[in-house]
Amino acid sequence: MTTRIDRRMAKLKAEGRPALVTYFMGGDPDYDTSLAIMKALPGAGSDVIELGMPFSDPMADGPAIQAAGLRALKGGQTLVKTLKMASEFRTADNETPIVLMGYYNPIYIYGVERFLADAKASGIDGLIVVDLPPEMDEELCIPALKAGINFIRLATPTTDDRRLPKVLENTSGFVYYVSMTGITGSALADTAKVAAAVKRIKGHTALPVCVGFGVKTAEQARTIGASADGVVVGTAIVNAVANVLGPKGEKTADPAEAVATLVSGLAQGVRSARLAAAE
Amino acid sequence: MNKPAMPNSFRTGPDEQGMFGIFGGRFVAETLMPLILDLERHWNEAKNDPEFKAELQNLSTHYAGRPSKLYFAEGLTRHLGGAKVYFKREDLNHTGSHKINNCLGQILLAKRMGKKRIIAETGAGQHGVASATVAARFGYPCVVYMGATDVARQSPNVFRMKLLGAEVRPVTAGHGTLKDAMNEALRDWVTNVEDTYYLIGTAAGPHPYPELVRDFQSVIGAEARAQILEQEGRLPDTIIAAVGGGSNAIGLFHPFLDDKDVRIIGIEAGGRGLDGVEHCASMNAGAPGVLHGNRTYLLQDADGQILDGHSISAGLDYPGVGPEHSWLRDSGRVEYVPILDDEALEAFQLTTRVEGIIPALESAHAIAHAVKIVPAMDKDQIVIVNLSGRGDKDVHTVANMLGMEI
Repeated sequence: MTTRIDRRMAKLKAEGRPALVTYFMGGDPDYDTSLAIMKALPGAGSDVIELGMPFSDPMADGPAIQAAGLRALKGGQTLVKTLKMASEFRTADNETPIVLMGYYNPIYIYGVERFLADAKASGIDGLIVVDLPPEMDEELCIPALKAGINFIRLATPTTDDRRLPKVLENTSGFVYYVSMTGITGSALADTAKVAAAVKRIKGHTALPVCVGFGVKTAEQARTIGASADGVVVGTAIVNAVANVLGPKGEKTADPAEAVATLVSGLAQGVRSARLAAAE
Repeated sequence: MNKPAMPNSFRTGPDEQGMFGIFGGRFVAETLMPLILDLERHWNEAKNDPEFKAELQNLSTHYAGRPSKLYFAEGLTRHLGGAKVYFKREDLNHTGSHKINNCLGQILLAKRMGKKRIIAETGAGQHGVASATVAARFGYPCVVYMGATDVARQSPNVFRMKLLGAEVRPVTAGHGTLKDAMNEALRDWVTNVEDTYYLIGTAAGPHPYPELVRDFQSVIGAEARAQILEQEGRLPDTIIAAVGGGSNAIGLFHPFLDDKDVRIIGIEAGGRGLDGVEHCASMNAGAPGVLHGNRTYLLQDADGQILDGHSISAGLDYPGVGPEHSWLRDSGRVEYVPILDDEALEAFQLTTRVEGIIPALESAHAIAHAVKIVPAMDKDQIVIVNLSGRGDKDVHTVANMLGMEI
């Protein structure tokens, strides 16, 4: 059984370039604007979409994504609406993979079985749930795999070679390598260390390895993309939305356009990655 | 919800996965997972190490002032005219509350693990002060995360922490409450994994924290049990403690869990009443969910977003509760009942007047429940209330509530 993620990653591998994985917060600053952002992503060069599920207590996120989550919740976003957003997106795009990213509690409260059924029906391809390590695989990971949804695990600098097999065991779609010990939106780690870590992980798995946390510019995307199968950008996109919101949350420019401009630049960086590496 | 089958013993949890029934667990980011496993390994070694136990025992005796007294509250007993009321005097410990028991244990663990830096979260500041105290005693730099709102209203404790050499970082993220302080401490930990020890203040968080905090606090119940046997020649009929995160309560309760004739009651913050949102009674008005590394009863909305609680007592102002309490609730071994702000305030004043003891507002919740049930009990019955801390820190809050100015 392959998912849109598997197919997309295989296609990009054949093209010889890394994927641009873009994270945005569902419902930030409101449902309609957020849906417009989502729809603009593939055209701007996003290969995989990470759709953020807002949570009141995002313990692994920095100030930018925390604030985005609070804006979304204030704007009335719920898990029901986030799934609805995905299915509305799917009416016009049946190719771009969608990965839901967030924390476990809203899913747990929604009910795991019901969530997986609704996620599948909404065209969701994968899940990244920050607070479910492999020790808790029975909660959601195993049921998700049975439902045909990829469970994408985070590997981190603290995941040593002894632990890596446990982390990779039930991972599918791709491995998300967190470039540093820290929260989202921190400064980018030493790229040489990141490249070495990607190589280390690839020694344990045939899955694509995407790198995130700290990538903000096209140049960084290009450098990381030279060694990784994908580059994840989140905080920079969330900031692009925040930057066009006034003090009372009013829009001073079109958020979807602001995001599209940023993502186009990042896409150019990613697309030139292997070229640069080959030079 | 189905009631789980009655176990032979209520004192065997958690299991190897860190679960108490469906509660507890290790719901943390992968970055923290190796650290938590490392902590568990060190904890398992330490708890069976006679040297570790001896060092803790020595500090407890000579530094913290243990054992704390089990005091027959004659004035309150006479006033209520029912069962005999005893207070377990955790308020007499160094730093003024039970928090020191846990902090001493954990600082020894941090030392054993070779950590270089201590972080902690605090609500009212009691755990922050106790953490800053042990950090000073053992020569560690210490950062305490505290909600910006709490920093403003608990300024004496903030100053105490600073005097003790700790850095107090106000947390404005989220709503600036205890849960946000805990989020921020977790973010610090995820960032500084190599050298930092996270000294959690209550019997919650990812496994093994609920277990090790409980074990460090169980000295309360172990002492109380031996003391009542010595002073009265028998076990109490009822024991009562206030539950925020629940560390003083689990500390008192745990050694009594298999004494089936002892009625055990945990008191939640009823705030301004359970019909509104201004309370912190997660086990009476919340639902099981996942936050801060464990599954437990939480105050949350239908979408699984965590709500901010309210209590007159900043120490009970947490929307969750330790996972073992959730399990004890569902198994029926412990009753959990709410006490309103006003009832706690009355008990605070009553205790001050008839006993000459100013209790912490947290402890006043437990006393308030004793005030309700003791008059209907027989004179030869015995109730132990955990006086978890002293109330000096609360005099400004109380003055405010009574419309007075200090």
